Parts: sequence; C-alpha cells; structure tokens
Amino acid sequence: MDLKEKLVSSFLAFENKGGLDLDSNVHTLRLKAIQNFENEGFPSKKDEEWKYTSLKPLLKHDFSLFPSGEKSVGFKNIEEYLINEIESYKLIFIDGVFSSFLSTTTHDECDVCVLSSALTRPKYKMIVDNYFNTIAKGNNSLAELNTAFAVEGAFINIPKNTIVPKPIQIINFSTGSEKEVMLQPRNLVVVGENSHVQIIERHQNLSKNTTLTNSVTEIFVHKRAIIDYYKIQNDTDDSSLIDSTFVSQKQQSVASVSTFSFGGKIIRNNLEFYQEGEHINSNLNGISILSDKQHVDNHTLVNHKFPNCESHELYKGIYADKSVGVFNGKVIVQQAAQKTNAFQQNNSILIDDGATINAKPQLEIFADDVKCSHGCTIGQLDESALFYMQSRGIPKKEAKALLLYAFANDVVEKIKIPQLKTRITKLIAKNLGVDLGFEL
Amino acid sequence: MLQVKNLHASINDKEILKGINLEIKAGEVHAIMGPNGSGKSTLSAVIAGKEEYEVTEGSVILNGEDLSDFAPEERAHKGVFLSFQYPVEIPGVTVTNFIKTAINETRKGRGLEELPAKEMLKLIREKADLLEIDRKFLSRSLNEGFSGGEKKRNEIFQMAMLEPKLAILDETDSGLDIDALKVVANGVNKLKNKDNAVLVITHYQRLLEYIVPDFVHVLHNGKIVKSGGKELALELEEKGYDWLK
Repeated sequence: MDLKEKLVSSFLAFENKGGLDLDSNVHTLRLKAIQNFENEGFPSKKDEEWKYTSLKPLLKHDFSLFPSGEKSVGFKNIEEYLINEIESYKLIFIDGVFSSFLSTTTHDECDVCVLSSALTRPKYKMIVDNYFNTIAKGNNSLAELNTAFAVEGAFINIPKNTIVPKPIQIINFSTGSEKEVMLQPRNLVVVGENSHVQIIERHQNLSKNTTLTNSVTEIFVHKRAIIDYYKIQNDTDDSSLIDSTFVSQKQQSVASVSTFSFGGKIIRNNLEFYQEGEHINSNLNGISILSDKQHVDNHTLVNHKFPNCESHELYKGIYADKSVGVFNGKVIVQQAAQKTNAFQQNNSILIDDGATINAKPQLEIFADDVKCSHGCTIGQLDESALFYMQSRGIPKKEAKALLLYAFANDVVEKIKIPQLKTRITKLIAKNLGVDLGFEL
Repeated sequence: MLQVKNLHASINDKEILKGINLEIKAGEVHAIMGPNGSGKSTLSAVIAGKEEYEVTEGSVILNGEDLSDFAPEERAHKGVFLSFQYPVEIPGVTVTNFIKTAINETRKGRGLEELPAKEMLKLIREKADLLEIDRKFLSRSLNEGFSGGEKKRNEIFQMAMLEPKLAILDETDSGLDIDALKVVANGVNKLKNKDNAVLVITHYQRLLEYIVPDFVHVLHNGKIVKSGGKELALELEEKGYDWLK
C-alpha cells in the first residue's frame, strides 16, 4: 500500500478514534479535505510548482501516522533546541502530542494554547469557524492532507490592543519511538487589531529515525497589527519538512516571516501572503545554508490586491557539496493594487561544483502605476576578497566563512529578537564549520 | 630580512617576472618604480603568496626561510604584510571585527593565545589614535563606501595592528589627495623602526617625498633594470622611464 492509500484508508479510523466532534464544522472540513487529497494525491515533478522538488524519496517510507507518543522526554533532552535566554511562552509537542509538562501556556491577556482544545471548546467555536482552514482550503493537496488530519498544534489568539510581552516558541519534537513517522501539526494564529506578537517555530527530530512533517500554519493579521514569525529549520539528515504557511493581512498591518534553513533532508516551504487592505507591509526573509545532499525549496507568493501596499522579499542561499536550492518567488500585483512597492531579491553562492540552485522570480503585474523590482544573482566566492583576508593572516577556511557570514548578514540583521539573532549567528557559524569569536 | 633570488613568475603561462634579484635588510626602506605593466604589482602579490601566480624559478626568502610552500596567511603569520592597491570591500564585517579576527588568527598561527578582549580594545584605540582615525570609523563595514583615502588609511591601520616585519605598500598613493597622502605616509613613518622593513611600490615619485627610501629600483619588463639611492626617483620623475629601456 502506498502512502496515499494508507493515509486515505486511515482517515475513518482517525476520525472515529474519539475526542473529535463529528457534528462540528471542522468534521465537514476534514471530510472535504480528505476527498480533495484523494483526488489530487501527492504532487509530482510534472506539476509546474514541483518541477525541481521530488517527494518520491519520501513517499516510499512506511510511515507510522499516529505515533503512540508515550515516550517520556525531559527538559534536559530538549533544552538545547529552545531559546532559553529569554522568557517565553512555549508550546511543546512530542510526536504530535502536546506536552503540558514542558510547555508554558496562557489564557490571561491572550490565548497561547493548543488547537485540540480550540477545536472542541464552545468558547473558541466562533474563532475556529471564522478562521480555521479559510486560507489553506483548496490551496494545495498537502495542505488538504494536513486539514484532513488536523487535530493538534498551536492555537494563538491575541485580542485587540495587546502587546504580547514575550515571544512564543512552538516546537515539534519527534522522539523516534517509531522507526518512520509522519507528523501533521496545524497552527492557527489570529492577531487582533493593534496587537503585536513574536513567534519562533521549530521542528526537531531527537533520534536518527526518519521523520516527515507536513505542517500548516494559518496566520491572520488584523488592522495595524504586527507579527514577526521565525522558522528555524535545522533538523537531522533523516528529517523532511513540508511547510505551508498562509498569511492574511488587513490594512496597515505588518507581517514578517523569516525562514532559516540549515538542516534536513528535503525541506519545502510554501509561504503565501494575501493582502486584504491598504497600506500593508509584508516581509519575507530567508537564509539557506546547505551541504551534502540537502534540498531546500522556498516557494513564495505575495498577492497584492489593494493599493498602497508594500512587500519586501530577501532570500540568501549558500550551497555546498551536492546540495540543491530552489527559489520560486511569485509576486502578483492585481489591477486594483496601484502604487504597490514590491521588491524581491534572491542571492545565491555556489561553493562547490556539484551544488545547484534553481531560481525563478515570477512577477505578474496587472496594475500600471507600481514599483516592482527583482534581483537574482548566482555567484561564487570572490577570490580576490579571499586573498585579501589571507594576506591579513586569516586562514582560507575562516576567510571563506567570514565572507559567507557577511553575505548572509543583511538577513540576520532583520531578526528583532536579540537572543534569537545570537542563536542564528551561532547556527550559521556551526554550519560553516568555524568559530569566529564575535557576532556580526 | 628579505631576499628575492632570480624570481620568475607567470600567470596563465604568461611570464611576468623574469628574474628579479632584491635584498632588503632590516631597517631599510626600498622603493620599486616602473611603468605600467612592468610587473610591480605582480612582485608584491608573489611575495605575499597569491596562488594565481606560478613561481617557475627562483625563490623568496624571509629571514632565512624559503616562503615558497607557505600559503598567504602563513606568510602573514611570519611577518609579511601587503597593503593593497584596491582594498576589498566586505559588507557586514566591521573594521574592528575584521582586525580582531586577523590579530587572533595571526597569534594562533604563531602558537600564541588569543589576545584578551580588553587588551585588544586598548591596542585598537592606541593605533587608531596614532593614525588619527575616528572611532566611529571602526564600526563601519570594512572598506564599504570608504573613500580612497579612508581605504588606504585603513590599510595602514591594519599594518599598525599587525606589526609586520616586512610591509609592502602596493601603489598606496594611488587615489589619494595630498592631505590623505601625508596622513598615510606619516603613519608608515611612525611605524618604521630598525627591526622592520618597508617596500614601497609606486608609479610616481610623489609618495617618496614623504616616505624616503634608502634604495630605489626600477622595474621594467619583469626585471630590475636599475638600482640607486633616493635621487634615482627624482631622476625618473624628470626623465620618465624611456631612457632606461
């Protein structure tokens, strides 16, 4: 039985497992979603959007879909994956199951809790009905698949006029309790008018077993609200991630999503921004640093629908060995979206002959009074700069790293949480194999 | 200190240096002059160890040690410093962080401990003051958006920090107005002592009014065609290079 069949045939058992309200709207959404997935199946390379990324190597695994999740994990096991230098709310999931022991939630000024309770409690029914699966719906078969099995993940509801005092960390761990496991976390984030929140998301495999995560996050940003969302993707060589993140923004809101892809087998990021008002600012940043046979595919979409909005997109990639990078950045400026400023930049450095980058900027502009630009560069390390540094006593390896640091720096500079910036800088240094002894 | 013996070097199979002989003793200042394309910059790059150049014959010896097999950074650790004609811009790395890295890597290369942060800071301030460098300058990205004068002053600042045995100044005067030239030359003169040596590569005599050489050599077509005292520079200024060919 292939993975698709296995998933489809497990659906009934999943829904009947208990704990799920079969009379709810969510049940209807799940039913529809599994039908859509059954019709479409997994995307193949024939699909234009998947031309450079094949899921085939992943689909041959016999994934366990519902890990028992009873494996006990202590704080010591996960400490290094958290940003502990700052106070934060924490939503920790172990093999897809929420760990109240490891987490720090709140219902005081805002709700930082779990989707499973939001889906079942009457208190949250209106929010779920208003938002859940409204942007993910009908988008892609993998998001449909996630919806069909959506039961757990982060539920973050920030009422209006609330500055969330500390960042929220969402971390999904897999423990290797099963040889091959598939996880499908589902996050829902609603940021009310004039509110502000910072979120850090990470997926981490604690074992050497195989993990495939198919994650979906829906983010709703209301008038004048601000959200900074950071994704740390530094997983093991046997972990793959398909991440679909949808952002819907209302007028004058500012949403920034930064993606740091340093590790994993296959990573596919679908990141989509929909602007639903005027004077919106959307920021998409990314750094990929890959080696061996790692594969990272960043697919982004910014849909400008209203006038006077901006989008800024900056993706940097450093590719070593036989690693493969994909950047597909689509910007749509609809006819009504006059006075749009849309900027996109994608810079890649290929360190080794075997490394590949497939870059595809895609601008579809239907308005005539707009400023749109895209810049795409693919290069190698500057030999004269290396010689310059060597002549000052800096060995070639360190000189290379320093240049690459400098290359990635303008994305790092955009991180607004200092402790996270330090962590990312360290991760970059580690991935480049050096210790430079300072922060940029 | 430095002995260059019958040095032949080529790039892409094209011979640029065709048998250079040069000896520089501690405490001396030498100048190499010559027309464009004579091989001046190649000589400095070959001494510093640039890998694109292939040394086909001869050797470069520093304090009795043949440098042939050493990488550029190892030569730097042994005391060679090359001030670039066109210093490279490195956005995202501040002057301070760059020099810290250079100092500590050099110390590591010499088997020394890293310099404690406090001492490093003191040293940086001391040398910046010596060269009349504004502190704000130190937190800017290396050479990014620097004027010609700032770039060259920054080169001399790094030289002051690294305290080389042999400093090669490749066309340090190019792109400098007279005030900037004086500041740079003053810096070099302040750093000059009986234990180190300076090799000035220049096109014009101008710089040599401020950094006064003990010896002047004329390079032409990959060979030193004439050597003399500082008066040779003046003669060249007057007559040009044609009479030497």
